[in-house]
Amino acid sequence: MRDQPPPSGLPLERTAGGPPFMTCCYFDHNATTPVAPEVLEAMLPLLAEDFGNASSIHHYGQRAKHHLETARRRLAALIHGDPNGIVFLSGATEADNLALFGLVRYAPGPDRHVVTTTIEHPAILAACDQLEREDVQVTRVPVGSSGVIDPGRIRQALRPGTVVVSVMHANNELGTVQPIAEIARIAHEAGVLFHSDGVQALGKIPVDVEALGVDLYSITGHKVYAPKGAGALWVRKGTPLGAIQFGGHQERDRRPGTENVAGAVAFGAAAAWLSVNAATEAARLAALRDRLESGMIAKVPGASVNCASAPRTPNTSSIAFEGINSEALGIALDLKGFAVSGGAACSSGAAQPSHVLTAIGLSPDASRSTVRFSLGRSNTAGQVDELIDAVAISVSRLRAIAPAGKVHA
Amino acid sequence: MPDPRPSSAAAGDEAAAQDLVAVAMSGGVDSSVVAALLKESGSPVVGLTMQLWNQRRLPELSTAAATGRCCSLDDVYDARQVANQLGIPYYVLNFEERFEQQVVRPFVDEYLSGRTPIPCTLCNNFLKFDEFLATAGSLGASRIATGHYARVLQDPASGRWLLLRAIDELRDQTYFLWGLTQEQLSRTLFPLGELRKAEVRELARRFGLPVAEKGDSQEICFVPNGDYAAFIDAYSRENGIEPAATRGEIVSTEGRRLGEHGGVHRFTVGQRRGLNIAAGEALYVIATDPLSQRVIVGRGDELLRSCMEVTGVNWVAAEGLNEPARAEVKIRNKHAAAPATVLPSGDPSRAEVHFDDPQRAVTPGQAAVFYQDDQVLGGGWIA
Repeated sequence: MRDQPPPSGLPLERTAGGPPFMTCCYFDHNATTPVAPEVLEAMLPLLAEDFGNASSIHHYGQRAKHHLETARRRLAALIHGDPNGIVFLSGATEADNLALFGLVRYAPGPDRHVVTTTIEHPAILAACDQLEREDVQVTRVPVGSSGVIDPGRIRQALRPGTVVVSVMHANNELGTVQPIAEIARIAHEAGVLFHSDGVQALGKIPVDVEALGVDLYSITGHKVYAPKGAGALWVRKGTPLGAIQFGGHQERDRRPGTENVAGAVAFGAAAAWLSVNAATEAARLAALRDRLESGMIAKVPGASVNCASAPRTPNTSSIAFEGINSEALGIALDLKGFAVSGGAACSSGAAQPSHVLTAIGLSPDASRSTVRFSLGRSNTAGQVDELIDAVAISVSRLRAIAPAGKVHA
Repeated sequence: MPDPRPSSAAAGDEAAAQDLVAVAMSGGVDSSVVAALLKESGSPVVGLTMQLWNQRRLPELSTAAATGRCCSLDDVYDARQVANQLGIPYYVLNFEERFEQQVVRPFVDEYLSGRTPIPCTLCNNFLKFDEFLATAGSLGASRIATGHYARVLQDPASGRWLLLRAIDELRDQTYFLWGLTQEQLSRTLFPLGELRKAEVRELARRFGLPVAEKGDSQEICFVPNGDYAAFIDAYSRENGIEPAATRGEIVSTEGRRLGEHGGVHRFTVGQRRGLNIAAGEALYVIATDPLSQRVIVGRGDELLRSCMEVTGVNWVAAEGLNEPARAEVKIRNKHAAAPATVLPSGDPSRAEVHFDDPQRAVTPGQAAVFYQDDQVLGGGWIA
């Protein structure tokens, strides 16, 4: 049925128990990715053989430490930064929280202020909500319909007490790439630190922390074919970042807790693959993304691509299907074996309205009708064509079925 | 490489998709057993939970005792666990906005205007058997199944879909289901209608369901501990409605002022508690008047009514009523249906009911359901 088997080892066998395994075409790589074969191979020895605690002085510990430091260098090489700036931690939520709280709590003054945007990930937005409860002022700069922040608006938001500006590198729902080099320059001109959440940029567009001029940069492994639970915050030397957790001396006191060596090694292996292959893969994905978008527009009436003309990551496509409930479309596609994102899930697993789509000025109806397709290593042109057909059928079925007759009441 | 698409619930397989049944799973024992029974019968099944209300929304109502209510994370967790155990696909649908529009707000408005609404009926009419049915249909499920205790049969002679009382009369829920249209009944399965609750629990144990010993849910799922007055106060405050606007006088049926009350929504017809009036005899709420914000109280025998008007009538067993019909009429969930004559009016959505014997506490806003033996003839709202 498919023109070639998925290259990255998608687990196709049912696990015992759990939901039935129905998905065969995975179009949700912005949510997470499978562990790539070369990554799995690199990390497995760290689980049972080189299992030592990287802080231990014996050989077990030394071997673990060696692998950890190799991973650190590989990751630093991918983002063109100083390896000593890499702080391994559990993922980007922790990285974002460490960046914000680790800067703001140690900043002097009663008028501490943070600038961010309305399209950030909840790891930033909810952390900012908490900062406000701790008497820190927060400015959330709005974004226009392009889905791209105007750096001038960031400049206007700066105040004497501004500690840090945090703007994501690429948006998870739209794929829009933010002008963070310019924003970093504006922040630095005012003597303000700059943090960027680079989760959705890493591996998709070139990341060079020196060229971009960022002071702190959050990344995570599970978006780039490493397992969940391994992330990093890159911190420029001299940045006044304090700890927000307390315990041992790991990660130069910036992140106490025994290192997830296997996770870090996996992240390092993923980085090594990306250092060689990212550009080629990005070009392949961009072609697939264009095929997907032109196919949807041609075959599905009322389909329109959000933020199509903005600079975007090559793998992400946010498409509104007029009059369709994206939650139902997402489920209908899942039942056919296509995994897409019909909206961010709340704690129960139900879809909730997207703050990002609202922020770019989509009407509630347009927002509710938007589905995100995010491509990755497993996707092929044949899968994309199958997806387009499945969407066309599901959309016409969803449009055909009107709600049942209203009762008297 | 094997094709991982399942043979059972594959909606890609159009023939199988025709039989796909969507089970409304609340996480309780009843709907869990429904899912298990259908799965056992070989039907392709998809489990869906309607997320109706955010239980953390009105924090002042949260108490330790209020956990495990409808739509709590625990219930979604339970439903998902059951679905996973059965190996059926499972999803949570976000119906919060519709639930608030169609059920919660009308519930509050009705109380504030002196009536005693039944949110479960509104939920059935506007969510479970309307939006939910439509959503299920759009996913390829032509039929839905719920854990309601009721029976649906097609009359072979007339072709009409009939709604019948459950075998377990203590659990019968037809009082909340009278609003179902023929189209809705034709697409609905009530697998528990032929079972008693004890049998359902036994089945849950036999299937090894993790919810087999879970307690029954309370009547109004979004109101913690049944304290609807506290809910209405909290919801009103959240929405900027001043509860004090519903304060008023307590008066006798002769118009004599007997005291004051904290809001008409705290009172329902037939209520005795909470009046705080020292009187020689027991006093009951006879009526509430939303315009004057008065609560009218009187003796027990003043609660008796021998006739009432019913609006918004939905006829189930027949297309309508051409002549007076004998029926047993139920005027609240715990009421023993009373013999009466149902009289048609020129408007098919209205009917008049004359009870053989006067009935206590005929309450505006509650439903009246007309039964002929086990069959639901129709039902509507007490005017």
